[in-house]
Amino acid sequence: MASTTQLPTPPATFNAPSRKPVQRSKGPGRSRPNFLGGLGGWLWLAVIIVPIYYVVVTSLKNQAGFFTSNPMMPPTEPTLDNYKLVLENDFAMYFVNSLVVTVGSVVPALLVSFMAAYAIVRGKSRFLGWTNRLFLLGLAIPLHATIIPIYWMITKAHLYDTLLALILPSIAFAIPISVLILSNFMRDVPNELFESMRLDGCSDWAMMWRLALPMTRPAVVTVGIYNALGVWNGFLFPLILTQSPSTRVLPLSLWTFQGEFSVNIPAVLASVVLATLPLLVIYVVARRQLISGLTAGFSK
Amino acid sequence: MSVSTGSRRVLEKGPSGWLAAPALFFFLLFAIIPLAGVFFLSFTKWDGLGEIKLDGLSSWTTVLTDPVTGNALWVTAKIMFFSFVVQAPISLLLGVFTSASQKYRAVLAVLYFVPLLLSSAAVAIAYKALLDPNFGLGPGLGVPFLAQDWLGNSDLVLFVVVFVIAWQFVPFHTLIYQGGVRQIPASLYEAAQIDGAGRVQQFFAITLPQLKYTIITSSTLMVVGSLAYFDLVFVLTGGGPGYSTRLLPLHMYLTGFKANDMGAASALGVILVAIGLVLALVLQRLGGKNRNASQLEGA
Repeated sequence: MASTTQLPTPPATFNAPSRKPVQRSKGPGRSRPNFLGGLGGWLWLAVIIVPIYYVVVTSLKNQAGFFTSNPMMPPTEPTLDNYKLVLENDFAMYFVNSLVVTVGSVVPALLVSFMAAYAIVRGKSRFLGWTNRLFLLGLAIPLHATIIPIYWMITKAHLYDTLLALILPSIAFAIPISVLILSNFMRDVPNELFESMRLDGCSDWAMMWRLALPMTRPAVVTVGIYNALGVWNGFLFPLILTQSPSTRVLPLSLWTFQGEFSVNIPAVLASVVLATLPLLVIYVVARRQLISGLTAGFSK
Repeated sequence: MSVSTGSRRVLEKGPSGWLAAPALFFFLLFAIIPLAGVFFLSFTKWDGLGEIKLDGLSSWTTVLTDPVTGNALWVTAKIMFFSFVVQAPISLLLGVFTSASQKYRAVLAVLYFVPLLLSSAAVAIAYKALLDPNFGLGPGLGVPFLAQDWLGNSDLVLFVVVFVIAWQFVPFHTLIYQGGVRQIPASLYEAAQIDGAGRVQQFFAITLPQLKYTIITSSTLMVVGSLAYFDLVFVLTGGGPGYSTRLLPLHMYLTGFKANDMGAASALGVILVAIGLVLALVLQRLGGKNRNASQLEGA
């Protein structure tokens, strides 16, 4: 991975003409410490941390403390009352709604995208070529420009204000990027493996699950994480396609909390912390997966 | 169904086109048909509840003569430009910074990526509180300059939006650049070092040219993505004060779902689609290569 850093000894041919002793560096070709870079790095850390710190600290203050204390100081008497208030306001239900919508969109999206990617990479027909081009087109179009017809379709199908209304378009919107990433990885599976399985009499269906899936598992995880983050944090579909508290998902609940408790900023910020907590836990546990999940598709 | 007619042609070797059918079905139903729908609805009159009535070009006349549309386009262009100018260099430098081996950089990187986890709604709400002139960052640090009415001042608010966008999205692009830098062959740096190239020289002679396709990918995502800054701005400013942060997607939403003029909102949707397509095509041309294949060739 970190190829720029763990430098292998360069081939002898590189050394010969220059006739200089090769410096053993510890960084990517850097012998002196990079003070300017370090300074910039710490500065950016401050930019990232200050808002997060403020949110956490404020969420632990009571309302009186919020109005009287220094905003950047930790509370003198930390309280979890704000968290209690948020939890008492149906937070668990919004959490479950978010979970249902996320799992309900990501799993089917993965399944259909994986099958499509397999067909596109292994297949040769014109139909599949056009399908692939259509998906690529989907990457270039700001799909949320289509919210009005989607709203019309969802109301006509009597799905307005249901979780399914969020799931169906989320699946569709996840397909282009998923197919792109999965097919990029699938192209790297050596053709010989497929050939030998075919000689053994395997069908495409069997090859897909017994060869292509194990070989592209990291990409599947990647795409799953990428889409899950997008759906979990999605705001636009819930805003236009749901209405009642019983179908509210977390990002929308933050917004409504903000409306309801506009004077109780610590409680509003506690809801922000609570809504982020699940992802933070996943980040702490599976940071590597998550991070590679976010980039793999783009640096491939 | 268009799916079946197409897949019947698949007779040669290779898996059946039917495997792609479910994905195609979903995509046609909830992306391509709505795409045609937004075009169709732009020639109608509809309040979102009642009958849809054909109405010729009246929605288009409304939209194209409304000064708010022009303003929304201008605001979108400004935010697109400034957020690119701010994000691109920072992400590139941070990507290079975090790709190095030093321990402290790895630790910093862990923290840099935390904003990726937050929803736009959460970020916007956090910043609304943080930027409050009475109970936010300004009084907290005792810096009067920071205690301005950031979100209420129409001269400042655009830059606040750009800053918050950068806060949320720089981590993602940093990640892309980090991946790109790590694919640069180490031998190039070795060779440069032997030739006595310094750090800055190495950056311009090796890192930057080697990152060409990463830069194209990231820039494309940044520019096309700035047509999608809806939720952040919606929660942070609601498009205000006045119309000063009313981006095109936000203008579309407010026209359709608040002013109940779905016809005009659809016309704005068509404009949005057109801009997205043109931008993607232009950037693709600039890159000169298919984005699919880009990174492998870059390495």
